[in-house]
Amino acid sequence: MTTLHHDAPDAPEPVDVHDPRLTRFDIVKEGLRRDEIELVTYESQFQGTNSKAEKRVVRNISFLFILAGLAALAFLGFYIWWPWRFQLGHTMGDYFTPLLGITLAISLFAVGFAILSWAKKLLPHEVSIQARHDGMPPTDEQKITGQTMVFVGEELGQGVQRRPLLKGAIGFGLAPIGLVAAAPLIGGLIENPHKADQPDLFTTGFSPVKNGGSVVRLTRDDGTPIRPEDVSTGGQMTVFPGVPHGATNEYADSPTLLIHLRSDDAEETRRNAEADRRNRGSMWGDYVAYSKICTHAGCPASLYEQQTNRLLCPCHQSQFLITRNAQPIFGPATRRLPMLPLGVDEEGYFVATSDFKDTVGPDFWERP
Amino acid sequence: MKRRKADLQQAPVTFAKGVDERFQASTPLRALLNKVFPDHWSFLLGEIALFSFIILLLTGVFLTLFYDPSMTETAYEGAYPALRGTEMSQAYASSLHLSFEVRGGLFMRQMHHWAALLFMASIVVHMMRVFFTGAYRKPRETNWVIGMALFLLGFLAGFTGYSLPDDGLSGTGLRIASAIMLSIPVVGTWVSASIFGGEFPGHLIMGRFYIAHVLLIPGGLLALISVHLGLVFKQKHTQWPGPMRTNTNVVGERMFPRYALKQGGFFMAVFGTVALLAGLFQINPIWLFGPYRASEVSSASQPDWYVMFMDGLVRLTPNWQIYIGDYSIPPLFWPAVVGLGFLTTAPMAWPWLEARKTGDKRIHNLLERPRDNPERVGIGSMAVTFFMVATISGANDVIADKFHISLNAMTWAGRIGLIVLPPLAYFIAVRVCLGLQQHDREVLAHGVETGIIRRLPNGQFVEVHQPLGPVDDHGHPIPLEYGGWVVPKKMNRVGALAPAVKGFFYPVEKPSEAPVSPGMPPISGDSREEITSGRK
Repeated sequence: MTTLHHDAPDAPEPVDVHDPRLTRFDIVKEGLRRDEIELVTYESQFQGTNSKAEKRVVRNISFLFILAGLAALAFLGFYIWWPWRFQLGHTMGDYFTPLLGITLAISLFAVGFAILSWAKKLLPHEVSIQARHDGMPPTDEQKITGQTMVFVGEELGQGVQRRPLLKGAIGFGLAPIGLVAAAPLIGGLIENPHKADQPDLFTTGFSPVKNGGSVVRLTRDDGTPIRPEDVSTGGQMTVFPGVPHGATNEYADSPTLLIHLRSDDAEETRRNAEADRRNRGSMWGDYVAYSKICTHAGCPASLYEQQTNRLLCPCHQSQFLITRNAQPIFGPATRRLPMLPLGVDEEGYFVATSDFKDTVGPDFWERP
Repeated sequence: MKRRKADLQQAPVTFAKGVDERFQASTPLRALLNKVFPDHWSFLLGEIALFSFIILLLTGVFLTLFYDPSMTETAYEGAYPALRGTEMSQAYASSLHLSFEVRGGLFMRQMHHWAALLFMASIVVHMMRVFFTGAYRKPRETNWVIGMALFLLGFLAGFTGYSLPDDGLSGTGLRIASAIMLSIPVVGTWVSASIFGGEFPGHLIMGRFYIAHVLLIPGGLLALISVHLGLVFKQKHTQWPGPMRTNTNVVGERMFPRYALKQGGFFMAVFGTVALLAGLFQINPIWLFGPYRASEVSSASQPDWYVMFMDGLVRLTPNWQIYIGDYSIPPLFWPAVVGLGFLTTAPMAWPWLEARKTGDKRIHNLLERPRDNPERVGIGSMAVTFFMVATISGANDVIADKFHISLNAMTWAGRIGLIVLPPLAYFIAVRVCLGLQQHDREVLAHGVETGIIRRLPNGQFVEVHQPLGPVDDHGHPIPLEYGGWVVPKKMNRVGALAPAVKGFFYPVEKPSEAPVSPGMPPISGDSREEITSGRK
């Protein structure tokens, strides 16, 4: 069956491809010779022509192609006629995407396996050997190309060396063109993060500057203000600055967690806050408000564990202890959550008496 | 009539002649048709990446027809009732529209996402194949570097891609990306402000990510993939050692007819797999996450798998902040900027580092079995282990939740594991390689274990070994030299098994007669004795 490989194959002789006695395969083999390919084995995988095994393979491949066509038709059928619009509850439409996937997959798999079995089972078995040529590039070629490049370089270089005016002119002419190419990209993109009087990096929506100079109310996400009795003991609420669009992403650094502590926790929290220069006087009664934006990577540190008085950021698991000025006690955060100075206005609604006294959000190089 | 028919037959010939006279294409075309490719299943891993990329291009074009990269707020009025009336960006609304109100849109979106995951996964597995078999050695160092660059570009393509729907999950990812930019010393705030066009999130980022995702990054990927494949073509594929195979030849099949056909079939199979995944397995259900709100995040917020190693490193890094006067470097900088930059670029130098260490400047077209280079396998195992610990740590909150483990314990396990496990992996991998080498050489020296136990006259039991090569005068095998390729370890592998009969219920064809050893004539049915316990 298998043609034995000879370690030193006799290099086949070149043939005249215009010789009419040559078969087509002879001409193919001449091509292989020219491409330095030795066809070691190229033979049918079946014994004799029209063998039972061959017919069986042909039958299987034909079946696969027909199956592919049927599955593709099924895909089109489902695509056109199956109800696909989304409706609440369990409906026929739920099966639209799975049906598309299954029919398309069957179709593609069938085509794939048909082609694969065609290649692997029907086509003659083949072993070819081709020579590689990456071993040693001809050194004379290397030399010629190298010398040519050096020659070109010298022609150009000496030309410039001998003509100082040209040298200066080229330098003067090309450098600005390069800068011109870069300028719009850099100049257009670059933004000064510190340009405003109240740079956005250090200001949130609770700054009176954002509210025409008057203090900002704490509001829910629908913009309604909050009275102290709206938050039950041990409860918490996400609050936003009561300015236009205060609850939208325009004030992405402003979401704040308003917590109504139980009295014993409030006592401890107040003691720690009063001992701190920045947080002194920021609590209102048993209420405390911390920025919700994690000082590590800016996710909302929104998992409040009432039992342990911890705030956990679900992104990287930084944990902050509420009773101790929201000091980080675990995880990658270094800095505590800033406390919002709380007050209540004459109408009985919560206000921020000033902006956060610490910078809100993730840390950066020039944070004071 | 007859004359006209002959003319028709002649037409393609005339046409081909005309083409060749103008473009001189026949010689390169013949070389292409005849090009020989080596065949092994492990050479197909990179193909999966290529095919996934084609699927990404096809499905991605469809998605662009419906997506609107605008951050203008709008009230949702679409088909999904739970979000009706909710304020959201146009980007998110158009992604919902694509998922619910475009016929087959969800299917296409899921195909795109699954193909992206498959793209990155096959890149990683392909890279491991290339590393562990030494395929990156001279002359293929450039392709190793391009491969690393492709991973980095794929990473960026994936990140910009899953940020585009602007849903609750991806917005959180974008927030973290902004924090990572902010953490860069000196220029961090400038970088973030420049990319987001002001303070996070601004109104520009979706448009910028969109053009990066659909033009700049795919353009880079396309260019690098072309060079990658061009080099594989030019340098010819590596091959495993084996009979007839040398460092200066390629043993395999010609591009046509067999090889190209097999590739086509394999492409269809990969495409079918993606279609099946997209149809049956939900991915990134953005309608459940809601629009991005800076104040909202759900637990178990995980990025796509190929970003998880970075997220894991960010979680594991202790809160070490460096203060320099009034300035500081936040801990986020080290894993996310230095870590990502280092891990995706430092391995580029590996081929030269290894060549320098071993002093090996030769050209290698034959692959090495991993066991034949224990040190390389050890180092690769270290890298894989590091990556695995980092990736698992990227989901440590989910693991802690599902297995009722303390979250803090998971973090500490990751921190310790990241340092302790890679050296351990190195040690184990080297020992395993040496053990496998030893076993190969044992079989080459003594032959294959037959499982036949023979009792010698002195009462000693010995196992009969089947020599793989010639024997000396005493019948002991002459030790064979190791050829860098699979050594048969079982009798079935050296032809002791009867030839397989084709057919499912009945044989398709009569099995060819098994060769009969003159020394051991086959036992006919009559003379065969039933084996009994000996008791009646």
